[in-house]
Amino acid sequence: MPMKDEFKPKIVAFCCNWCSYAGADLAGSSRLTYPADVKIIRVPCSCRVNPMFILRAFEKGADGVILCGCHPGDCHYSTGNYYARRRMTLLFSMLDYLGVENGRTRVEWVSAAEGVKFSQTMNEFVEKIHSLGKNVRLEDLRCRKE
Amino acid sequence: MQEGMKNGCAGAPAVLLERISTLLAEGTVARVLGWKAGDMAYNPEPAYFETQEALKDFVYDGFCGANLSKYMIEASKLEGKTLVCLKPCDTYSFNQLLKEHRVDREKAYIIGVGCGGKLDVEQIRRKGIKGIQSIDGAQLVWEESDPGTELKGIGDDVLTIRTIYGEKTLPYGEALLERCHVCKGKEHRVYDELIGQSRDTKDADRFAQVERIEAMSPEEKFAFFQQELSKCIRCNACRNVCPACSCRKCVFDSNKFDSSQKANADSFEEKMFHIIRAFHVAGRCTDCGECSRVCPQGIPLHLFNRKFIKDINELYGTYQAGENAEDKMPLTSFDFGDAEPGIVGERG
Repeated sequence: MPMKDEFKPKIVAFCCNWCSYAGADLAGSSRLTYPADVKIIRVPCSCRVNPMFILRAFEKGADGVILCGCHPGDCHYSTGNYYARRRMTLLFSMLDYLGVENGRTRVEWVSAAEGVKFSQTMNEFVEKIHSLGKNVRLEDLRCRKE
Repeated sequence: MQEGMKNGCAGAPAVLLERISTLLAEGTVARVLGWKAGDMAYNPEPAYFETQEALKDFVYDGFCGANLSKYMIEASKLEGKTLVCLKPCDTYSFNQLLKEHRVDREKAYIIGVGCGGKLDVEQIRRKGIKGIQSIDGAQLVWEESDPGTELKGIGDDVLTIRTIYGEKTLPYGEALLERCHVCKGKEHRVYDELIGQSRDTKDADRFAQVERIEAMSPEEKFAFFQQELSKCIRCNACRNVCPACSCRKCVFDSNKFDSSQKANADSFEEKMFHIIRAFHVAGRCTDCGECSRVCPQGIPLHLFNRKFIKDINELYGTYQAGENAEDKMPLTSFDFGDAEPGIVGERG
């Protein structure tokens, strides 16, 4: 039974409908495990993810946010993930510049055939967030349940 | 210089005023977009002039820092041509708006006005000069100078400032706006005609401040931005003045968005607004520095935009927004070999 004050991270994973979401599905049907702390939000394409989505996730109490999309070159819409890649690079760099640990954000390309990679990535990411602890720098204090 | 300018405002160079007056009289342009005297000598404000009589209030001096490009969005919808006075750095913003189809080149008659660096009254106050009544030395007197001789009349070298505590002097170069120390150059990028002389006032590295912050520890960075951004009162002046913030409907005006039209409630919102605003202009910001100039709280907002510019230059090749009206913008294009977002952690 978990200790009452044990840190349970909240992790938001934005997964693109065509590759990563199917990858998560494959991980499930292959009986691969990944922590239940990861909450998946399905998006049509990784390019759909506005930098604001990521900040909002942190605001509402997420401890880590990961974006998964098709491998560059494999986008269902041809080029969406190339734009997402530039955007996320700049956003992560800005968060780093503001002094927010950059380990809390990550982008990973996971195809529909990579159930194993999905499960591994999530396990690694949750472990990383565990080591960083609670997100206090980007959280809206009013959203905290105390 | 015109006589009897109100509030000791320095007026405008005669050669510029004459030309504008002629164009207005000829009917080449229907109106003039320039600056008029404000309530103090150091705060001329953007204004439209539709008649020759109205031009008596026209001002162009060292305090005319305001970038008039953004007003051309509305002016493009009016009947007839609008004459607009643009300084070299303002023409970058105009080009950028042209690229985004927000202004109509056919509706604009651009006079590229000479600029020798613009003054910042806050900078003067920061030197301990308070109670300012009037300032001499901000007027521009453009004279025909022989080739080979030094340009004259770009702005007197010394400002004489009358204050309620007596008369003070300050070198012109010490009262410049931050953006003038990282001047983009004296060339106008788009114009119909040029009047006056310009000089390049660059004497600092554009990215020096950004590099200084990058070298800090995460705790120091966080403390620095918290201290700066906690001053924000969400007056939206930075957004309203920004030539790149030209959306018809702004995300921050949406009532679905919690932080519309209200002051920051905590440290998160302080950052959220400024990160998102900087992101929305990333790759389009010409670094005109208007956001920092108008901030009533003196927040160095250009540090956000410059960080994006620096990253774009390093990762996707050097790019200056507004240099021309054709180049593809870095965030609306891509390269197959772009760096992965993980590079942020690796760069340290």
